[in-house]
Amino acid sequence: MASPSEAEANVSHVEKKKKPPVRYWQETRGKTKDDNKAEGQLEQQKEQQTQREKKRKRDEQPGGETKVISGKSDPFPGPAPIPKDKLEKFKRKGKIQKPHQHHYKLKDIITRSEEASEMAQKQAARFDFLLPEDAGFLEGDEDEDTCMISQEDIADAVDITSGAKYFNLKLCQFGPYRLDYSRTGRHLLLGGRRGHVACVDWQSKQLMCELNVMESVNDVKWLHTEHMFAVAQKKWLYIYDSNGIELHCIRKFNDVLRMQFLPYHFLLATASATGFLQYLDVSVGKEVAAICTKTGRLDVMCQNPHNAVIHLGHSNGTVTLWSPNQKEALVKMLCHQGGVRSVTVDKTGTYMITSGMDKKMKVFDIRAFKPLRSYFLPTGASCLSLSQRGLLSAATGDIVQVYRDVWSTPVTKPYMAHRVRGSVWGLGFCPFEDVLGVGHGEGFTSMLVPGAGEPNFDGLDANPYRSAKQRQEWEVKALLEKIQPELITLDPSELGHVDRATFEQRHQDRVEALGFDPLGKEKFVPKHKKKGRSSAAGIERRKRQVGHEDQRDVIRKTVEDRMKLEEDRNRMKEKKAALSGKRSALDRFKK
Amino acid sequence: MKVKVLSRNPDDYVRETKHDIQRVPRNYDPSLHPFEVSREYTRALNATKLERVFAKPFLASLDGHRDGVNCLAKHPRSLSTLLSGSCDGEVKVWNLTKHECVRTLQAHEGFVRGMVVRYCGSSFFTIGDDKTIKHWKMEAPGYGEEEEPLNTILGKAVFTGLDHHQKSAVFATCGHQVDIWDEQRSTPIRSFTWGVDSFSSVRFNPVETELLGSCASDRSIVLYDMRESTPLKKVIMTMRTNTISWNPMEAYYFTCANEDYNLYTYDMRYLENPVKVHVDHVSAVLDVDYSPTGREFVSASFDKTIRIFPKDSASSREVYHTKRMQHVICVKWSADSKYILSGSDEMNIRLWKANAAEKLGVLSPREKQAIHYSQKLKEKFQHHPQIKRIARHRHLPKVIHHQRKELRVMKEARRRKEMNVRKHSKPGSVPVVSEKEKHVVSVVK
Repeated sequence: MASPSEAEANVSHVEKKKKPPVRYWQETRGKTKDDNKAEGQLEQQKEQQTQREKKRKRDEQPGGETKVISGKSDPFPGPAPIPKDKLEKFKRKGKIQKPHQHHYKLKDIITRSEEASEMAQKQAARFDFLLPEDAGFLEGDEDEDTCMISQEDIADAVDITSGAKYFNLKLCQFGPYRLDYSRTGRHLLLGGRRGHVACVDWQSKQLMCELNVMESVNDVKWLHTEHMFAVAQKKWLYIYDSNGIELHCIRKFNDVLRMQFLPYHFLLATASATGFLQYLDVSVGKEVAAICTKTGRLDVMCQNPHNAVIHLGHSNGTVTLWSPNQKEALVKMLCHQGGVRSVTVDKTGTYMITSGMDKKMKVFDIRAFKPLRSYFLPTGASCLSLSQRGLLSAATGDIVQVYRDVWSTPVTKPYMAHRVRGSVWGLGFCPFEDVLGVGHGEGFTSMLVPGAGEPNFDGLDANPYRSAKQRQEWEVKALLEKIQPELITLDPSELGHVDRATFEQRHQDRVEALGFDPLGKEKFVPKHKKKGRSSAAGIERRKRQVGHEDQRDVIRKTVEDRMKLEEDRNRMKEKKAALSGKRSALDRFKK
Repeated sequence: MKVKVLSRNPDDYVRETKHDIQRVPRNYDPSLHPFEVSREYTRALNATKLERVFAKPFLASLDGHRDGVNCLAKHPRSLSTLLSGSCDGEVKVWNLTKHECVRTLQAHEGFVRGMVVRYCGSSFFTIGDDKTIKHWKMEAPGYGEEEEPLNTILGKAVFTGLDHHQKSAVFATCGHQVDIWDEQRSTPIRSFTWGVDSFSSVRFNPVETELLGSCASDRSIVLYDMRESTPLKKVIMTMRTNTISWNPMEAYYFTCANEDYNLYTYDMRYLENPVKVHVDHVSAVLDVDYSPTGREFVSASFDKTIRIFPKDSASSREVYHTKRMQHVICVKWSADSKYILSGSDEMNIRLWKANAAEKLGVLSPREKQAIHYSQKLKEKFQHHPQIKRIARHRHLPKVIHHQRKELRVMKEARRRKEMNVRKHSKPGSVPVVSEKEKHVVSVVK
């Protein structure tokens, strides 16, 4: 510690600058700063500081801060702190390791892009505060199970419009129903086994069209808008418009049992009774791929909404993953003993849930292809469906059970349960609504499942309230940015990675593309010389000369390499000898 | 029992009247926007394709000269004014917005060799084959007045190049020597020679205004300081340089257009090696001019094309050609960096866009935003092979295409021969000479 006398000695006889007298506002500001603050506010201060620095650089004013002379000071200065989990939600990638030296330009580019992405992340997280809607929930009183609460009670307890979302359609004539909700969640498509197809604006209960196709219906699916839907009938695949007019009969697709629509690729994937998995590009009407899976009848199918890979369940207990680019399955997983009855994948593409004939329901992590949990259901689940917020509905006979958090904690009791008339045939959560649609033998039931739907939709992606104009605009944009089927891979962000293919691999690709090896050695063809100097022997001699030269090159190279190796070896030997010549500290213990 | 079910009020999501704009609620949650990368890639691909679709660089042709256009001059104050001098001694002043000639004067007998507008923009100088330097007023003469120069200086030999000082009443000409003139005097205040009998162009440095660069017929580029009596230094190259142009932002760089089909960017301080060799032309490069931003330059060539090079790239980013355009003799980049002007042999001056796909005129904020977004996307995915291929592809006239191929074959043959020579001679006796070093013979100080 410096003593006061020393301090005095250090002071030069000319004072550099006189300090201005301390003012009352400076003191008060200092005090407020001194207070202990939460971590968030500390962070916020830091942010402020960096901003201030930037501003200072820009303005080149020494003070930087604006001095508040009078009036109230802001009790929460600066931008609001953002919780870490919110920030984590919008995080795209880890930080890139910066190159060590010399690469100034690259370093600069990386810093800039990182700054930009950080800012975007923060802004998105901040925007998250302003989202208008909260998710639904259902909580029982003390010693009341939520699964014992009946649908009627819920419908009575909630407001009228929501209560009206619980309803039954009694359609016992055309027997068990499959269903599909459109991507915006406004429209419902019903397909009865015995030929009844209907599409309904289910919130206003307006019937858009109803028709009888006069043959059995295996599956129904909306295409990209609510103006077209596909129906898999007994023999062929048909496409109708929302007025019920048949647009196409696609004879290339026969005996289709299940369908999936990939909305960003405009692909309709179909699985048929003959074991074919086919892809139809609905924007141009062409078959993209037809894959013979060689696994028999395909009646279990779902898509991974995260990477557009199709999952098929088979009767031998395996689940296979398919992309249109490969004739073989991407992955084959043995999931059950006995056949697979139903498969579903959550929207982040992390978890797959399967149910099998062995009456088990299993949860898999499909990024690592590992089983996470296994549940035993006494009757086994025939249909599975996952909602946007991760609720799982399972149909066991005529009972529909809804589970919560099946992957994180072991579940013992269902979240909700409901009995319908007749066995369940189709099951689907309505996007952006707390509604579960159940198609069964006696018609259709719309159930209220609080907490199922995503409360805040994105208006540019799927807007339930869009006008006709907005829909047209969306359709054009969506078609323009249709993703090509070649880009369907297990990792959808693969396109954003650096292609680190080895030189050999790239060279091989190049050779394949060109049809010849551009770096390969040309075969020596001797020139034809005139005046009798191109005799067979002469040609042979010249060839031999060139061959000899090449051989000499090779030999020279190998000799050089060998010399180098020898040199290295000698150097190592010398080093070792030098080391062994030194006396080590342990040598004195040697005899 | 406590229960809450999602129930939205449609009034919050639908516009009230049809005079409002539509409500678009957003949610940036990444899980609601799958396939982020592939969608962005598709957008980038579309943007790149659209850029090629909208690439229509040719704006207008200004015709009126009765002989090939030999020189162009920008007006330092007025964007819409352009001066051009032709091979029959005629000088025309153009209004670029109206695409019309506003004034014509017969300045010289024989070629107009050079032309420059004074920094104030009120007058201009011309030099011609009749060994005269003429000083003209920018305004046209009044009714009844005769078209006469303010001042005429009769020189001893033919002048070939002319440039004016940035700030003071001094200009430089070159012919069989480089002369510095005071505007008030009829004899040069200083003359530089370095054993050379003729110079082809002289340029003042735009930042260090006392410095000059000139190119001489003995294949050298000579640098001068106006305040000194002797030249600073020179670099001798393998072939002759036609013109040089200083980078207006980093004024220690200059680019020279060479007869050997290439352009060379030099750092004035280190003339031993060029900083960059810009290849792509298939015939002698006749003129070069920097954009006012200093990031790009445009070059005119005898092969009937104009090329635009980024300042630190070896190959051009753009090539302009038309069926009717003959050997391009002079080229200028406009002062607002949006347009390029070229004067060619077949008596026309052509007006081009500097960015071929750029939309001209006032842009609405949404248009601007969309352009910025697509620009960023293109930048992000520029290295993907598909996108790179589309962005790089340019249609070339058949002749140039074949010439390029031929040049490539020749270069490859030369390389192979050198390799063979090296293989069959004593190791170290045939050193590897890089492309940059190849074209510099020596540097003299």
